[in-house]
Amino acid sequence: MYDFDKIYHAASVEEAVCMLQKDENSMIISGGTDVLIKLREGRLTGCSLVSIHDIEELKSIYMEEDGTIVIGPAVSFSQVTNHPIIRQYLPFLGEAADTVGGPQIRNMGTIGGNICNGATSADTASTLKALNAQLILVGSGGERRLPIHDFYTGPGKTVRGRDEVMTQIRIARKDYENMYGQYIKYGKRNAMEIATLGCAVLVRTDETKTRVEDIRIAYGVAAPTPIRCFRTEETLKGRQIDETLFAILRRDVLEEVSPRSSWRASKTFRIQLIKELGERALRQALAKAGVTDIREGGAKDA
Amino acid sequence: MLKIIHMNVNGKDQEVAIDVRESLADTLRNRLGLTSVKKGCEVGECGACTVLVDGVSVDSCIYLTIWAEGHKVLTVEGLKGENGGLTPIQQAFVDEAAVQCGFCTPGLILTAVELAGTGKTYTRDELRKLISGHLCRCTGYENILNAFEKIVGKK
Amino acid sequence: MEIGRSRHRVDAWSKVTGEAKYTADLFPDNCLTAKVIRSTIANGRVLSMDTREASKVPGVVKIITCFDVPDRQFPTPGHPWSVEKSHQDIADRKLLNERVRVYGDDIGVVIAENEIAAARAARLVKVAYETYEPLLSVEAAMAPEASQIHEEKPGNVVASSGFQVGEGDFDEIKKEKALIYVNGTYQTQTVQHCHLEVPVSFAYMDHDRIVVVTSTQIPHIVRRVISQALGVGMGRIRVIKPYVGGGFGNKQDVLYEPLCAFLTTQVGGRPVRIELSREETLACTRVRHAITFKLEGLVSKEGRLIARRFTGYSNQGGYASHAHAIMANASNIFKQLYQDEKVLESKSYTVYTNIATGGAMRGYGIPQGDFATEAFIEDLAYAAGMDPLEFRLKNCMREGYTDPHLGIGCYSYGLKDCIEKGREYIHWDEKRKAYAHQTGPVRRGVGMAIFCYKTGVYPISLETASCRMILNQDGSMQLQMGATEIGQGADTVFTQMASESTGISVEKINIQTVQDTDVSPFDTGAYASRQTYVSGKAIKKTGELFKGKILEYASEKLNIPAEMMDIREDEIIDKNSGDILLSVGALAEEAFYSLEHSVHITAEATSHCKENTFATGACFVELEVDIPVGQIKILDMINVHDSGRLINPKLAQAQVHGGMSMGLGYALSEKLLYDDKGRPLNDNLLDYKLPTALDTPDLHVAFVELDDITGPYGNKALGEPPAIPVAPAVRNAMIQATGIHFNELPLDPQTLVERFIREGLIETEETAYV
Repeated sequence: MYDFDKIYHAASVEEAVCMLQKDENSMIISGGTDVLIKLREGRLTGCSLVSIHDIEELKSIYMEEDGTIVIGPAVSFSQVTNHPIIRQYLPFLGEAADTVGGPQIRNMGTIGGNICNGATSADTASTLKALNAQLILVGSGGERRLPIHDFYTGPGKTVRGRDEVMTQIRIARKDYENMYGQYIKYGKRNAMEIATLGCAVLVRTDETKTRVEDIRIAYGVAAPTPIRCFRTEETLKGRQIDETLFAILRRDVLEEVSPRSSWRASKTFRIQLIKELGERALRQALAKAGVTDIREGGAKDA
Repeated sequence: MLKIIHMNVNGKDQEVAIDVRESLADTLRNRLGLTSVKKGCEVGECGACTVLVDGVSVDSCIYLTIWAEGHKVLTVEGLKGENGGLTPIQQAFVDEAAVQCGFCTPGLILTAVELAGTGKTYTRDELRKLISGHLCRCTGYENILNAFEKIVGKK
Repeated sequence: MEIGRSRHRVDAWSKVTGEAKYTADLFPDNCLTAKVIRSTIANGRVLSMDTREASKVPGVVKIITCFDVPDRQFPTPGHPWSVEKSHQDIADRKLLNERVRVYGDDIGVVIAENEIAAARAARLVKVAYETYEPLLSVEAAMAPEASQIHEEKPGNVVASSGFQVGEGDFDEIKKEKALIYVNGTYQTQTVQHCHLEVPVSFAYMDHDRIVVVTSTQIPHIVRRVISQALGVGMGRIRVIKPYVGGGFGNKQDVLYEPLCAFLTTQVGGRPVRIELSREETLACTRVRHAITFKLEGLVSKEGRLIARRFTGYSNQGGYASHAHAIMANASNIFKQLYQDEKVLESKSYTVYTNIATGGAMRGYGIPQGDFATEAFIEDLAYAAGMDPLEFRLKNCMREGYTDPHLGIGCYSYGLKDCIEKGREYIHWDEKRKAYAHQTGPVRRGVGMAIFCYKTGVYPISLETASCRMILNQDGSMQLQMGATEIGQGADTVFTQMASESTGISVEKINIQTVQDTDVSPFDTGAYASRQTYVSGKAIKKTGELFKGKILEYASEKLNIPAEMMDIREDEIIDKNSGDILLSVGALAEEAFYSLEHSVHITAEATSHCKENTFATGACFVELEVDIPVGQIKILDMINVHDSGRLINPKLAQAQVHGGMSMGLGYALSEKLLYDDKGRPLNDNLLDYKLPTALDTPDLHVAFVELDDITGPYGNKALGEPPAIPVAPAVRNAMIQATGIHFNELPLDPQTLVERFIREGLIETEETAYV
């Protein structure tokens, strides 16, 4: 039995916003895999819940006419992984969602919750950052749209207001077309794990598969929030695909990350993972893009 | 705050008065006497409370009962083999010595039911991933995987 | 013949159908909930507790503080009681404790109508403390300025001991120039049992008697300790043990049963339950002791082990529980597994600290001792330039070995055969060559470790077990044991043994899986690897008695001498011809209802076991390490066991699987962590890294099956041994893969990466690009 005061069962986003507005002590519950655990710890005693668990409009994935893919935030991780649109256009996002917790958790937890809880370790967050996802929030003041890059404000903190419901995660065609990607989750075991570090790399090559046209590098747990390494990306864009590419990545990403030591992992360990996972994710993404032959580069080439 | 919930539990339509703060595990155990649903951690880490909701496995300790309104819930008590015997899945657990203390067993059997329901078959490595939401301290998963292979393994 | 048959478990049906009832499945409807109020400091004293706010929470029935409980200290370990005072367990805790020794110590309890009220009230109790510096390590606790954790033990040393084997003096021998000297410090970590069913009990009163239903390995000991803790007569306490969801030694301690029994007396006998959370289980029950071993050794250039000396320091945590018994046991493996040509000097200490209390856990100190022994032996082999397997063959326990102090012998010996079997399986010789000179980021290695393990606890403690057999009207049997099924398969092998010794078929034997101290004969319970051995002897003895009584009655009826007859598959037969004379069913009906001579045929016997024997075995591991990310992948592994005759091979194998998995967790990922205040950091199953199915390779098992003459059916230890040799085998394989000798468990990724950086296996400077 959970120690909360009331629960409102919202049937629509409008209703949810209205309930959140009316009860100042209320908060959203969707899949429940985070909120119920916090409740059990006694941290939220006396709060009310607004359940968006059964709002149909938040539970679908579809493509708009211009190719924008829209993901409902209340879609579960396993639904993300198995959805035909995701499998066809964003397989690497489906793979990232498939690394969360274990099978049961993936059937319960939602992609929206993964983002909204503000955790830097969220497994889908780095891929969504790499995809330049746009988020739509609906609250009492109406609707607002913002890039995921503006969403996080600190560990466990986001710009989402208490009474705002995330209604869409949008990914534009230009951000996924011809992009190949890889998310690597590093944990201390291979399931039921919170990422020690996560790295998502997306890459688009030219037709000859010898040059990087576009690249996105994102990390989880490399900083207080999920981050992108924009400067490294700029350096790598347009470069020839050879071993030097990885050397640059390994060196440059360190300028953009700020991992810390905690009892879960030391800074030294995380830095090693940042370099190594960055390189490995890029190699795997390139392999998916059909790059088979990677030559020695060399310092001169830089 | 009591509320009447309608759900189909183990093939039977039920009307249950619940406290809205209850987890599905609480309701199944305390109101319906379905004690095969075990509580090992209460935070979705061990999988002992796994049940199927509309054929999909969930950790019932972190699933509010109100969400089950109008849905079908299956626990191990709802499995019936021919002539009241064991189902092939249960029998595979017996035959393969996949049961020791038995605390993780009902949850794992339900995951096997879920997988059997897909009609697909799986490699041993795929099965490792598919059962990774269940912790077991007795078996090292070896005989559990053997039982799963018997039912849904790639031949 | 029942021995050696892979029978299905007798409880499998109940478990796969969900019908098996565990303690929490049996809570009475009107059961109150008790929530322990836990200290938020690790070392100090409770000055006062203000319960006024908490008492106002609707649903709260009663709040009891550490100032309200009897001033009576009691022991908790699941040992048989000793009639010698010097041998008795340390009584160092009360039901609730004013002197705080562990973060989360039991300082009060809220009894409420429901869990929410209990939890809310527990949070509202205001506690004032006097706080002392938390003493988290043995060094800190042994420092001169350290506070005294228990006033009975100044200096915080619970106990110390030492022994010497051989006549020489290590320091003198060390002066010999031809010998190679090696030293090192080897350290094991704090881990927890993580049985899936948390400790749970409920208690109620039946007039003036207290009934406690609990998930325990040791119901009869629980009854005795409740009697000691509450000062209530033994006969007024009844302990019932339903199905148990694993114990691994944690439930070989009396945990919250005495408190639960006390609480029901405080609420007029209403049922009260204490169901721990997983967090409480990890932080506040028992753990495996972290032990540090400082070792020195001398080896000849020819690879002969000449002398060793070690000191062990065991971190006991806040309360004594099994205390020094575990450190002493850990020390024994040094002398038992290898015999030094000249001398072995041993000294060890068990020291109170302010972390979770160390208790029994599968292997009882031997996983720690074997890690140090087998890591050190490996290092000696390397120092002597010898293949570690050959070094072991040359120096390990030989056939006919007898422990010089305990007198325990090897009554069957399969150690060298185990080594050879493992060698062949893993292709040791080929792979040692193949992996000898590797470079690159991903490397492989093979490694091994051996162990020996005494089966029961004789002669250190009493070994006693009882069994009762009752003939039913139809010729079937009720089998009652004081020994407990906790998941390991005891009830199944007991049934097979009873069948073997009586001729009653397994299908007709109904074992009582629920121990009830009002009914179940006395047995100290499931611990050590004793039950198939010690309780098995009780079955054999009782079975012979039982069969004798049946045949005696048959003799009366058939007019054939009893010694001319036998029972086979529920039939009384002529021993010589094998002809069926009468069914046991017909005889039983007659015996019950005969108008001439009615007798209820039952048999009961106690086996006071004064024997013990060594089981041995080996683990072989082949692994691959991904150096840049510090990940170890087990490619192949096998445990080979010399456990005497197997009663049920399939269950024996399953038992080994579980031990190997526990050993892998010990080797690679498990460790309870504390902050500098002694607060546990990872007391949940997400942060405490129990292996999942994705972390566990296929587990291979082999046996060297030899009859042990002291075993009731040729059998000896198997329950605990599988967990013992895995961690050192993994550690030793890592030497071949990387050249690095890791001396501290676990070999988790961060430890590996940081070490690889220090050793230059990982470069931190990015030099490829300027």
